[in-house]
Amino acid sequence: MPTTAPTAHALSDVTASDGSLRRFLHGLPGVDAVGLEARAASLGTRSIKTTAKAYAIDLAISMVDLTTLEGADTPGKVRALGAKAVHPDPTDRSAPATAAVCVYPDLVGVAKEAIAAAGGAGKVKVASVATAFPAGRAPLEVKLADVRAAVAAGADEVDMVIDRGAFLAGRYLKVYDEVRAVKEACGTSARLKVIFETGELSTYDNIRRASWLGMLAGADFIKTSTGKVAVNATPANTLLMLEAVRDFRAATGVQVGVKPAGGIRTSKDAVKFLVLVNETAGEGWLDPHWFRFGASSLLNDLLMQRQKLATGRYSGPDYVTVD
Amino acid sequence: MTIEKRSSAFEYAPAPESRAIVDIAPSYGLFIDGEFTEAVEGKVFKTVSPSTEEVLSEVARAGQADVDRAVKAARKAFGTWSALPGSERAKYLFRIARLIQERSRELAVLETLDNGKPIRETRDTDLPLVAAHFFYYAGWADKLEYAGFGPDPRPLGVAGQVIPWNFPLLMLAWKVAPALAAGNTVVLKPAETTPLSALFFADICRQAGLPKGVVNILPGYGDAGAALVAHPDVDKVAFTGSTAVGKQIARTVAGTKKKLTLELGGKGANIVFDDAPLDQAVEGIVNGIFFNQGQVCCAGSRLLVQESVHDELLDALKRRLSTLRLGDPLDKNTDIGAINSAEQLARITALAEQGEAEGAERWSPECELPESGYWFAPTVFTNVTQAHTIAREEIFGPVLSVLTFRTPDEAVAKANNTPYGLSAGIWTEKGSRILAVANKLRAGVVWSNTFNKFDPTSPFGGYKESGFGREGGRHGLEAYLDVR
Repeated sequence: MPTTAPTAHALSDVTASDGSLRRFLHGLPGVDAVGLEARAASLGTRSIKTTAKAYAIDLAISMVDLTTLEGADTPGKVRALGAKAVHPDPTDRSAPATAAVCVYPDLVGVAKEAIAAAGGAGKVKVASVATAFPAGRAPLEVKLADVRAAVAAGADEVDMVIDRGAFLAGRYLKVYDEVRAVKEACGTSARLKVIFETGELSTYDNIRRASWLGMLAGADFIKTSTGKVAVNATPANTLLMLEAVRDFRAATGVQVGVKPAGGIRTSKDAVKFLVLVNETAGEGWLDPHWFRFGASSLLNDLLMQRQKLATGRYSGPDYVTVD
Repeated sequence: MTIEKRSSAFEYAPAPESRAIVDIAPSYGLFIDGEFTEAVEGKVFKTVSPSTEEVLSEVARAGQADVDRAVKAARKAFGTWSALPGSERAKYLFRIARLIQERSRELAVLETLDNGKPIRETRDTDLPLVAAHFFYYAGWADKLEYAGFGPDPRPLGVAGQVIPWNFPLLMLAWKVAPALAAGNTVVLKPAETTPLSALFFADICRQAGLPKGVVNILPGYGDAGAALVAHPDVDKVAFTGSTAVGKQIARTVAGTKKKLTLELGGKGANIVFDDAPLDQAVEGIVNGIFFNQGQVCCAGSRLLVQESVHDELLDALKRRLSTLRLGDPLDKNTDIGAINSAEQLARITALAEQGEAEGAERWSPECELPESGYWFAPTVFTNVTQAHTIAREEIFGPVLSVLTFRTPDEAVAKANNTPYGLSAGIWTEKGSRILAVANKLRAGVVWSNTFNKFDPTSPFGGYKESGFGREGGRHGLEAYLDVR
């Protein structure tokens, strides 16, 4: 949030050089860590019950990027995930589908087929991580080839990682140029999610700067983390990113989505994140097009809570699918 | 299934805290010498729930004769209580602290019912702080010789304490805990609109086995308070409330042996510099003036914002205020509760009208006020100058006056340009500026990059017409020890 609302023209000046980009990012208002965490904690005390809870659980299910990102991933595993994404609850067909399945690039084709086979083509997206995920330590050409392969295989969304090394070294323009190049490689067919690995950026000031950097470079989504480091999505870092997309839209008119990923395992947590969305960015973001959960085990907990709300009792983990 | 879009997509369903946990008797007596008793003159008064105007209970109203009885009981108890080893007094205080924790949900609901403030605040702020104060001063009881007031500091005797309605149980804790730790006995008069939590505290004293007469509670009106502070056998007077009453008390006490501490009104300046962490500053402004509906002596009721970020900050503040949830104080999602009394509501209303009449620009978020009870929408006045009444007088309500400044010197000059001097806030990312400005502010409490943060270890009190003496921390012991 610069002092005066920047015009599109002013923002294009921002990225004219390494110096101007640095001045802009360092000119963003600082973040008081204690205050930010206190606000996130305070919103965490909202009590979401009955009808509100039912709404929030269904919304959360529809926002899940059902994810598997393991070296041991196989076509079989991805097929199971694809089927589950389309019909998450085997006992209740009214349960909403998840937003997407998120896999490595080589499994995009399998995921596409699995989703189509389950009748979810076009409804459940396929997201692919790329750019030498999760470390991002590869030459740009290799990263771009990774992206192109994912898009060619039919990925609807690409989850890239930024070069944290360059960011921490203060080479913001390098990070910016890479995101631009990846965005270009995504073309018009794939939406781009930019992962900052907030646990490695470490400070809230850095997370705010990275958020603006990603949005300036054309991110469709900004995403907290890979799920591969110690600290992943937290209420505080997600709140901060929600403030960033809110302010970016106010400044430019462009809406950008947010995806917390990693560490969100319970319905209670998910509902807290939706409260953050509701009371920070606002209801414009209460939609799978603009907010996602990068998660795997979260979905089963949401389904168990959903069953509890519908039937009045807990059915237990044997009544949801193990994948 | 598709997600239905509603007008406000994510409507929080009512989430009321249950009233069943608290059992309010139809009537209460005075608590004197360990027993509940009727008033000598037989007078009673009703206490109502400000959010609904429902009568909660009928309470005995103390008069002069009751003050005499209570002071006598406290005097009698003083000998043995003050002779106990500090470690023994500590045990009672620790026991009281634990009982408060055990009964905290009950007390939070009770306080919300009697005061009108949201359950979120009583549950998350008032009650934890109440228990923390007793724990903290319990720790001092056997260490008084290390408090810096000489090798064997003695208690004063009987403390007459008069507390306000804005934090009924917390103000009781601030007064009672240090008094007992130091070896004094107390006679406490809660405010007439919020007597119940003090009476529940009396029950806790009994539950803790506190010796009779050490704590006496006299619900009543101003006349009982006046009789208490004027009583010749009271050694120490502690008052929290309005500056006008504080001045009367100072006159009453003048020329007597009584030791006096006063914690009075305020018109706190919350200063936002252009390099402030803006999102957190907005939260701090909201917390500064809308916490407890602004009925806080140290409220940040004057927002001093650097002119260069005025518009941006005000936009952000207004957007944030639109998300405040006003309504049933027992609902766990309520941010803004009821005003404590019809009288206070009338005062806030009159001052807000005066602000408009004097040309300040009034703004409130869209919000529906309940039909019964005492309610006032969160209100922001812009284009306020130092000359406006709303910039000078304590409103004691959810009303923020926004003024601007250009330089740090101007901010300090404007912040100090008030007869009060209780609290101030500084918002900047620049550490050196925090220190430089804090040193120049004439306010007893200066918060930086936060507001309305309380802790039993931190002394609290005012400059100028905001009073004198400190409560909390080691400093808070001084008021209850003979250090002359």
